[in-house]
Amino acid sequence: MAGTLRALRRRIRSTRSTKKIFSAQELIAGARIVKAQARVEASKPYAREITRVLSALASSASLDHPLLTERQNPKRAGVLVITSDRGFAGSYNVNVLRRTEELLSLLRQEGKEPVLYVVGRKGETYYSFRDRAMAETFTGFSEQPKYTDAQAVGTVLIDVFTAGEDDEEGGAGADGILGVDELHIVYTEFRSLLAQVPVAKRMAPLEVEEVEEFDYEREDREHGQTGSDSGVPTSYEFEPSAEGLLDALLPKYVTTRIYAAMLEAAASESASRRRAMKSASDNAEELAKNLSRQANQARQAEITQELSEIVGGSEALASASSGD
Amino acid sequence: MATLQVELVAVERKIWSGEATMVIARTTEGELGVLPGHAPLLGQLAEGGVVTIRTDSGDDVVVAAHGGFLSVTERGVSILAETAEIASEIDVERAREALRRAEEAGDDPEAMDAARRAQSRLRAAGENA
Repeated sequence: MAGTLRALRRRIRSTRSTKKIFSAQELIAGARIVKAQARVEASKPYAREITRVLSALASSASLDHPLLTERQNPKRAGVLVITSDRGFAGSYNVNVLRRTEELLSLLRQEGKEPVLYVVGRKGETYYSFRDRAMAETFTGFSEQPKYTDAQAVGTVLIDVFTAGEDDEEGGAGADGILGVDELHIVYTEFRSLLAQVPVAKRMAPLEVEEVEEFDYEREDREHGQTGSDSGVPTSYEFEPSAEGLLDALLPKYVTTRIYAAMLEAAASESASRRRAMKSASDNAEELAKNLSRQANQARQAEITQELSEIVGGSEALASASSGD
Repeated sequence: MATLQVELVAVERKIWSGEATMVIARTTEGELGVLPGHAPLLGQLAEGGVVTIRTDSGDDVVVAAHGGFLSVTERGVSILAETAEIASEIDVERAREALRRAEEAGDDPEAMDAARRAQSRLRAAGENA
C-alpha cells in the first residue's frame, strides 16, 4: 500500500520535470518561428527582384541555356530532400520523407533513376538506416540556414546537373562524370502556424516561378512575352550580352530557390516542433493530474485502513477484557 | 529635380532603399553611371565591385557588393547582390585579416573569391587594398 503511494509520487515528479522540458522547448520553438518568419520576409525583396530581372531577360534572350532546356529522354533525376537536424518535431520529418518516397516511386515509374541529396541529420539517418545510397548530405544548419549553406548545396546540384548534359546511354559522357538530367526539391511549405505542407517541386530544367503573388510582376512577364507595350520596358540593354547574363543569373536563381525552400522548411520545422511540444506538455500535465488523483486515493485508502485497523484492534481488546 | 528610386537588396535582407540622384557601379563591361531617365539596362556587376549611391541629400552611400546585378528600369534602379555591406558597417580590421588569410591560402578559386570580396570591402571603406 505504502509502496504504491511512493511509486506514484515518483512518477508524478518525473512527469512534472519532463513537462518542464517540453514547455521550454515549446517556448524556444515559438521564438524561432518568429525569427524564421522574419528571415523569410527579409529574403523576399531579393527573390522578387531576381525573378523580375530574369523575366525581363527571358523575354529578350533566346532561351537555350542548359538549365532551361528539357533533356531528351532523362535517365537520372537528382532529388534534394530538406529535413531537420533534431527530432522532437512531431510528424515534420515523417511527412517530408513520405512525400519524397512518393516522388521517388513516381520517378522510377517514369524510368528515371533517382539520386538523393539530403539536408538534415534526420533524413540522413532515415536513409542510412535503410541502406539507401545518398549522393551527398548536408547537415548542421536546418534550423537557421544561411545563404552560404544554400550556396554550398546549390553549387553541388548545379555541377551535377551540368555534368549530366553529355551523359550517354548507360554511362558518363565525355567529362567522365555521371550527372543528372533533372533536379527536384522536396521541402515543407510554411502555409501558416497550423498548416505546413510537404511539397515536391522541379528545380531544373526550371521554369521561372512567381515568388509571391505580385500582380505587376505577372503583368510584366505576360506583356513581355506577348511583346505588347504597357509602359513596361521590354527592350533592355545588356552588359555583357543577354546570354552571358543568363549564364550568370540562372545558377543564382536556382540557389535563391533552394535558399527560400530552406527558410520555409526552417519555419515549418519550428512550427511543427512547437505544436508537438505543446501537445506533449499538455499530455504531461494531464498525466500528472491523473497520477496525483491516484496518489490521493491511495493516501486516503491508507488512512482508512489504518483507522479501521486501530478501531478493529481496540474493539477486539475491549471484547476480550469484557468476556473475562 | 528628378530622382531615381534605388533598391539595394542582398539575399538575406534588404540593405538600403530610397531616392538618389545618381548610381555609380562597375559592370563586367566597365564603369557606369546611372542618372534619372537612363535607358532600361541589365548588367552584371564586376566581381569585387563597389557601388556608390548618391542620395538626393548629396551624401554618398558606398557599398561593397559581391556577385551582383544591376537592373535599371523606368521605376528605378535595383541592385541585387549575394552579399552586400554598406561602407559604414564594414569592419576594416576584419576585412584586412580576411584578405591576408585569403592571400596566404594560395590560388584556388575559393581563396581568390574571398580575396576579391575582402578587397572590395576595403575599397568601399575607403582603404587601400
